[in-house]
Amino acid sequence: MNYLNDLNAFLPGVIAGAAGLIALLIDSYKDDHDGIYGLTIISLVASLSLSIIDMFGPVGEAWSGMITYGGVSAFGNTVVLFGALFCVLISREYLKAIEHDDGEVYALVLIATSGMLALASANNLIMIFVGLETMSICLYVLAGLIKERKTGAEAALKYFLLGAFSTGFLLYGMALLYGATGTLSIPEIAQAANTDVLFVVGAGLLLIGFFFKISAVPFHMWTPDVYQGTPTTITAYMATASKSASFVALILIVSKMIPAETADWSNVLQVIAIFTMIVGNVIALVQDNMKRMLAYSSIAHAGYLLVGLAAATPEGYSAVLFYLLAYSIMNIGAFGIVAYYERQQGLDFTDINNYAGLGFKRPIMGVMLSLFLFSLAGIPPLVGFFGKYLVFAAAINAGMIGLAVVGVLASAASVYYYLRPMVYMYFREPHKDVSFVQAGTVYKATLIVLAIMTIYFGVAFGGLHDLLSSYYSGDWVASSFMP
Amino acid sequence: MQLLLNICIYLPLAGIAGILVARNDKATKWISLVTTALTFLLSLLLIFNFDISASGTAQFLTEGAPIIEGMDIKYLVGLDGLSLLLFMLTTLMGPIVILSSWNSVKKHLAGYYAMLLLLQTASMGVFASLDLIVFYVFFELSLIPMYFLIGIWGGEGRIHATVKFFIYTLVGSLIMLVGLIYLGYDAGSVMEGVRFSTDWRFLSSGAYQIGLVEQTYLFAAFALAFCIKVPLFPFHTWLPYAHTEAPTAGSVVLAAIMLKMGTYGLLRVCLPIFPNAFAEFAPYMGALAVVGIIYGALVAMVQKDVKKLVAYSSVSHLGFVVLGLFAVNTISVQGALLQMVNHGLSTGALFLIVGMIYDRRHTRMIDDFGGIAKVIPVFAVMFMIATLASIGLPGLNGFIGEFLILNGAFNSEIIPQNAFAVFAALGVILAAVYMLWMYQRVMFGPLKHKVNEKLQDLNAREIGILVPLVILMFWIGIRPVDFTQYSEVQVNELLEASQEKRLAIEQSAKAEELPEWASALYDVTNELASQTKNR
Repeated sequence: MNYLNDLNAFLPGVIAGAAGLIALLIDSYKDDHDGIYGLTIISLVASLSLSIIDMFGPVGEAWSGMITYGGVSAFGNTVVLFGALFCVLISREYLKAIEHDDGEVYALVLIATSGMLALASANNLIMIFVGLETMSICLYVLAGLIKERKTGAEAALKYFLLGAFSTGFLLYGMALLYGATGTLSIPEIAQAANTDVLFVVGAGLLLIGFFFKISAVPFHMWTPDVYQGTPTTITAYMATASKSASFVALILIVSKMIPAETADWSNVLQVIAIFTMIVGNVIALVQDNMKRMLAYSSIAHAGYLLVGLAAATPEGYSAVLFYLLAYSIMNIGAFGIVAYYERQQGLDFTDINNYAGLGFKRPIMGVMLSLFLFSLAGIPPLVGFFGKYLVFAAAINAGMIGLAVVGVLASAASVYYYLRPMVYMYFREPHKDVSFVQAGTVYKATLIVLAIMTIYFGVAFGGLHDLLSSYYSGDWVASSFMP
Repeated sequence: MQLLLNICIYLPLAGIAGILVARNDKATKWISLVTTALTFLLSLLLIFNFDISASGTAQFLTEGAPIIEGMDIKYLVGLDGLSLLLFMLTTLMGPIVILSSWNSVKKHLAGYYAMLLLLQTASMGVFASLDLIVFYVFFELSLIPMYFLIGIWGGEGRIHATVKFFIYTLVGSLIMLVGLIYLGYDAGSVMEGVRFSTDWRFLSSGAYQIGLVEQTYLFAAFALAFCIKVPLFPFHTWLPYAHTEAPTAGSVVLAAIMLKMGTYGLLRVCLPIFPNAFAEFAPYMGALAVVGIIYGALVAMVQKDVKKLVAYSSVSHLGFVVLGLFAVNTISVQGALLQMVNHGLSTGALFLIVGMIYDRRHTRMIDDFGGIAKVIPVFAVMFMIATLASIGLPGLNGFIGEFLILNGAFNSEIIPQNAFAVFAALGVILAAVYMLWMYQRVMFGPLKHKVNEKLQDLNAREIGILVPLVILMFWIGIRPVDFTQYSEVQVNELLEASQEKRLAIEQSAKAEELPEWASALYDVTNELASQTKNR
């Protein structure tokens, strides 16, 4: 009954993928959007519950060593599914409002999610490639959803061209690694790792492919345009779920596959982290468009995440995992409220000028946006603060005090642009009367849940952090991939 | 009793919940007033039950479980001699600032009072917390309400002022965060069973000693954050903007409570944990303090805006506090602690008074007044008392604090030059000049402007706000022992312990290899090296 076990190990991904295919069928035969939406929610909730249960379960390999389950992978799946579910919850109303409530959106989200789950559970380079491509191709289509607008077409084309380019790097890296070691399985590559040029170049190219996906500087050029042109709730999905999946895969690769002896990877990551934090934060300072501002902010956050990765300690990896969840919570929240304001007709509500006075007109939305922005800025006692705290603590404990200092200074600069929307929302008078669309119950409830999570995980982050640390306790390298 | 302390800290949060439920302007005011007044009354129970002679650990201690396994970060609050008076000052200012904005704030009432209440909780938390991470959380949390208070309800240039205030203070505290994390791991490395600890009781004890090199860097990181908050010259540039643009209540809380977080942090964190660096940098910090005293006074003298004048006088007054702290002896530190409270009372009162006159005339320029003492006599009396208290007239509170600080600085072993005390004393004279000159131009002389003839004198509410402050000014001025007794045991203990620790660290440093700059700075000669030379 081995295949049942295999199925069980990848059940969240199987459910999401199958639901995506069914959604496509429903869309082509019946065009029943309510049904598709319901199916999407149910399948995502089911997958999410399963992967939450897996977080506490055993760790092992399945599908003849192609994927891992439990532990880090299960947590990665949880974050991805959490992102997907919450983005879908706020998508319906928004997409209806911008008249793009197409059935295939949900199908594409589900299929992309299954790709992300494969990516986050990968134990083999082929699996990484398949997962990454499944995810990316769906996202290319989603980015061009508003095809009648120039920005939408630009987003899709740019994302596709640069994404394909980066996949080239990734694939070439994999080929070189195969040439150097004769295998594609991650644990086996780890054993065969050497300091041969072939291996080092292969690993380097592989990392470059990932740096594209997580939009690390200098591979970040696509991010602002794509984030701006994509429908906002889908941007939230791209910014959180796909980034989380890529980061979890990156953790798996860096922690398991590329031993420090082959090259000083930590130095490479440190340099990239420093550039990413500085460039992301500095360019964000001058953005007047909320979505572009959040895009640069997400570049900066990739930098903070890389700090934890550069620490290259169990503590650093578990800090990155915690940060991924924190980042998803607050970013979906922020994008969700941007999407809410954007629906008001007549003005381009992604322009920060039009936020003037909105905080008092829509007090709950205003307070929640402030909360998410404070959290992104890393003000205690919100979840963003403890995410940053853990990442920098890991770096300091690994002796990288300079890196941590650059990080905190960059995040001090970031406060300026996180405060700007609040300056407009609260400190300026509105310049035009806008009649507001009332947000639906689901929409509001989703955002309120996110706001509560922002505070809850900021105050009571201990339990989750203990769980994440336990993945790396003891003989963590071996235990994470030996069944 | 420990439950009572927690109730005090979090009661204002319950008030916020009440405001959100009530959604009614009148109820909002009353809810805020009742919660802050109740907090004050409950905190009186704390001070009555405070054991003055108790030494060692803090009282009313609540100790939570560690938040993370293997890391000693926990909810730890309690009061001791160092924090009690400042805690009481915070609870006292609560109802006063609520009452002071009773009629003057008209827009977005719910938000305004919610921010004041949140600020109240954060400030009490700062003074009560004994775990440095918890301290840091409250320290940062206090920025958010102040940011909105200045930004929404402030004056013309409020946006610039509040953003500058926020970012300036945040840069300092983020550097402190790096230091704090390093400190935590360093402490964890000598503790058994945990990897990380920020428990102040352990960090300040003699059992935990930091090497001289680390101490220098850590002291720099922490002191920078606190000096920005104080603000010590030359980090004071955010203060005049923030004070001038803030609404009255914001200025009062900023002056009376938030600035104290900086000086309190220097005393609570820097002195016991980095005693060598504290002593070694004392002359430099003392010099900055003295420069601040004189600079603040001179700039205050030429101000045309009464509020800005009071703001610069804060720079000057807090220079005294910092000087007292870095003189590191019982008299000066006691003086510094008392002066923190004094400054809260007298500058708080001055900001309230400026706010009252602003409510009437919507201007704060000295030129717009003159000769109004006859029109509003009660106001004139109150203003006079607060002015004299701020100058340091004997019989009022300011005198005691400044006297103790100057006395201590004169006899200090850590900063031996008398010049510090001498130049600081100049500040007292300058204070008399700028305050009395301002008072004369505002209150006396011929009545220059017609509009001022119809000024209303203080009403019952305004008198009620000022009377408790005036009573305390006299009380501290006449019987300071009633207040200094709370901190006496603790200050003595702290100074002795840090003295011992300083010598012990110096001793052990002699056996270690030190970089050249460190051995030169701390005047430690390496015994091993000198032994080899002797041979």
